[in-house]
Amino acid sequence: MNNTAYFPGCSLKAEASDYERSAAAVMEALGQPLEELERWTCCGTVYSLTDDDLMHQLASVRNLIRAQECGAEEIVTLCSMCFNTLKRSKVFIEQDAARLETVNAFMDEEPDYEGGIEVFHLLEILRDQVGFESIEGRVTRPLSGLRVAPYYGCTLLRPREIGIDEPDTPMILQDFIRTLWATPVEFAFQAECCGTYQIVDTPEMVLEKSHRILSSAMRAGAEVMVTSCPLCMHNLRLCYEELRSSLPEKRELSIVYWTQLAAIAFEVETGELPASMDKLLEGLPTSMELVR
Amino acid sequence: MSIPSENTIRIYVMGSAYEVPRGLTIMDAMEHAGWRFTRGAGCRSGFCGACSTVYRHEGDYRLRFVLACQTEAEDGMYLVQLPFTPAPRVSYTLAALNPDENVLLQHYPEIARCVSCNTCTKACPQDIEVMDYVQAALRGDIAQTASLSFDCIQCGLCSMRCPADIKHYHMAQMARRVYGRYMSPITEHLEERIVEIEKGVYAEEVDALVKMTRGELEEIYAARVVE
Ligand code: SF4
Ligand code: SF4
Ligand code: FES
Repeated sequence: MNNTAYFPGCSLKAEASDYERSAAAVMEALGQPLEELERWTCCGTVYSLTDDDLMHQLASVRNLIRAQECGAEEIVTLCSMCFNTLKRSKVFIEQDAARLETVNAFMDEEPDYEGGIEVFHLLEILRDQVGFESIEGRVTRPLSGLRVAPYYGCTLLRPREIGIDEPDTPMILQDFIRTLWATPVEFAFQAECCGTYQIVDTPEMVLEKSHRILSSAMRAGAEVMVTSCPLCMHNLRLCYEELRSSLPEKRELSIVYWTQLAAIAFEVETGELPASMDKLLEGLPTSMELVR
Repeated sequence: MSIPSENTIRIYVMGSAYEVPRGLTIMDAMEHAGWRFTRGAGCRSGFCGACSTVYRHEGDYRLRFVLACQTEAEDGMYLVQLPFTPAPRVSYTLAALNPDENVLLQHYPEIARCVSCNTCTKACPQDIEVMDYVQAALRGDIAQTASLSFDCIQCGLCSMRCPADIKHYHMAQMARRVYGRYMSPITEHLEERIVEIEKGVYAEEVDALVKMTRGELEEIYAARVVE
């Protein structure tokens, strides 16, 4: 990994702490421990679409300045929403010297942002810098036969200029799942929006969208669904609990963070897993059992 | 009015010019000019936060924020007092709270509106990293919110400036209370001492103190142990 500062974001310090714990353990196991950015602030959550509203870019740019201050060349995030906001903000502000100048003039208590700090999602770092091969080499408990649905949602892939993979035909999660010896289960709604923040105002709409995603994956035969976004996780799990009876019956679906799946395969700290996941894993030999 | 001399400066209070002696605090200078504080002055020692003052230097575009009792008046200051901040405070029963990482956000949801402009920090006369404590609160770090905001005197200047209408100091006070009630380590000897005090095991010590000379008192004060 290059000189990389890890940006956790607020959710990972609260609701999604299992995501952070498993990611930290996985990166430690790969010999590339995450180094948390000092004095980071909220990313700004939800990229502002008005192009004359520079106030809503401050949060992101301030984090880029923090990275610059500690000599990092890039920021890595786990939360898809933070990734999306930080990266779009970076692109927007670096596109136009006048914008950058206005923002720098406003933040006169900080050193100027000079541009050039890269923003990555951890999946990209693993694919492009660490290499999926070295991950495969670290697997001690192959997830053979486990049928895993890759759920991308929107913010990892769209808009195209900042996405980590092809927005319509992404492969990165499937490749990652294969790296852990599990079987990716493709399904129609893998890049469909879960409904995001609308959960606050129009929960019915969110439940409907999430229901479509879950049932499509379950019908395709998935036992596990992985996500990279704490908000997607919240909506999908809520939908799974509330509308369980109307989902394809007889099968349980364990919704986990993609890093938790890797942590299982590496046999390191996974964070809390749903009870259904523990049940699935009972059938999978651990490295100790494999040796015997 | 005469031109300020070597020993005087000119200040402007709500637009009117006054010539006052050099070297006074803003509060003393205003009183020298004939203003009487019925609000906006309390401890006169930088602790109560009553004397929030906004000023601008002649020719400068920037507003600055200080405590009137702690800051020397300078030539060309345009001054106004802000003795009160109309900030709503949420009521709660400390003992009945669920002190999890969402407790601050639930009681002061507007902290989620923070855009990280840092205007609050620039307004704070106590040099507190106000934005940083709001951000710590946002991610549920109660201990950090409590520790960063420790020197807050509740002057309200941050809240008057915040574009997101956040009520920093009430939220931070809640964080310190939650921290004190649920998270700070218990000191055993304090607990013991409280029991002693309840039993009245202080009468002799107080009697001894009363009989001491000023010099003796100063000596034991200087030698006291601070944790
Ligand atoms: S002034 Fe308000 S919006 Fe700006 S950083 Fe402070 S709390 Fe956030
Ligand atoms: S944090 Fe706000 S209320 Fe507290 S001292 Fe600073 S400006 Fe005043
Ligand atoms: S009068 Fe109390 S802080 Fe100034």
